[in-house]
Amino acid sequence: MKVITANFVTCSVKECKTSPNSFPLHFHDAELEMQELDFQPEFIRNVIPRIDWEGLRVTANELGFPSLPETKPEGEALYDEQTLKDLHRLLLETQVMEGRLICGNCSHEYVIKEGIANFLLPSHLV
Amino acid sequence: MLPTPDTSHVSFDTIYEPSEDSYLFLDTLSSPPESKWLSERFQNANPMPLVVEAGTGSGVVLAFTAAQSQEIFGRRDILTLGTDVNRNACIATRETVSTAIKEQQKAQDNSNMHAVHVSSLTSDLCSALRPRSVDVLLFNPPYVPSEELPRLPSAEENDPTTSKAMSRSAKFESDSYFLSLTYAGGADGMETTNRLLDALPETLSCRGVAYVLLCKQNRPDEVMERVRSWGGWCAETAGSSGMQAGWEKLVIVRIWREDRSWVGGQH
Repeated sequence: MKVITANFVTCSVKECKTSPNSFPLHFHDAELEMQELDFQPEFIRNVIPRIDWEGLRVTANELGFPSLPETKPEGEALYDEQTLKDLHRLLLETQVMEGRLICGNCSHEYVIKEGIANFLLPSHLV
Repeated sequence: MLPTPDTSHVSFDTIYEPSEDSYLFLDTLSSPPESKWLSERFQNANPMPLVVEAGTGSGVVLAFTAAQSQEIFGRRDILTLGTDVNRNACIATRETVSTAIKEQQKAQDNSNMHAVHVSSLTSDLCSALRPRSVDVLLFNPPYVPSEELPRLPSAEENDPTTSKAMSRSAKFESDSYFLSLTYAGGADGMETTNRLLDALPETLSCRGVAYVLLCKQNRPDEVMERVRSWGGWCAETAGSSGMQAGWEKLVIVRIWREDRSWVGGQH
């Protein structure tokens, strides 16, 4: 799964949805793989507005990526090729193949195997 | 006719094989009135739309949407994400979608922007997604009325090592169970669809739109009436096929919020 996924998912437990601690889910023991994808500057420019920047900063930090700018790129910064290339690499080329995503509210763990995360809950949590 | 995505790599032991309902989805989304409606909504709107399919099966519908995003949404840059309760279906979808995107790129000399498939998640409907994040939701449900609704699979049942260790008869039983999840819809064939419908206000963004396939026994007219009764919601028939004794056998219903305040700006 691409790293950008972490920006779109949260804990499957209903009661967690309203807690700010349920986003982003926290990566543990993540094994990463780079899968090359052609660089589309305009695509990255158009994807930035829908990124939760604070959430992405947490994710990038947990995966050992260099710190992202403190604030979301806007205006001219959206045309800085290096910024766009860094984001392209982090969001779209980096795949999490193995590991766990953990909810900061209920501590439930979602296992990632061969790049597929399992968000099905055990019956006592449904 | 736009090309149908290749699913020759998919093993249909536990995964729904693309059928009349799947193809009705492809035809409906790419029909001139529907793609006009979607393009008006998404062509110039920022940010780019997140297109989610719940219960992807082979991934043929999501793959078509990703590869033909220019025809359907009037823009090439869309994000796609698929969910399915069957892990095998997630693996299949990942390949079906990325292959379809690559094939489409080749046909266009690699020169244009293209959709990106975010991931395929093992999940119950949209329960893993952030509230109000989905712009386009596609759902070809298990719609056949059945005495019982099959339970959801556990993580262990989805573990690839479990099925490898099975006897032939145990594997047959497990495969039949997973296949039943693809079609058995419980009472009126609506039990799973009702859960998805009830969650729509929490699932869809303010510009969000859902396409849900229904069969005659699901009573599509009543479903649309129900959605309209929520207040602030619209529902229309977007596509249909297979007349049977004067009735449409299958219909695809489009459901969306009336609110237009987001038009022309951020969602």
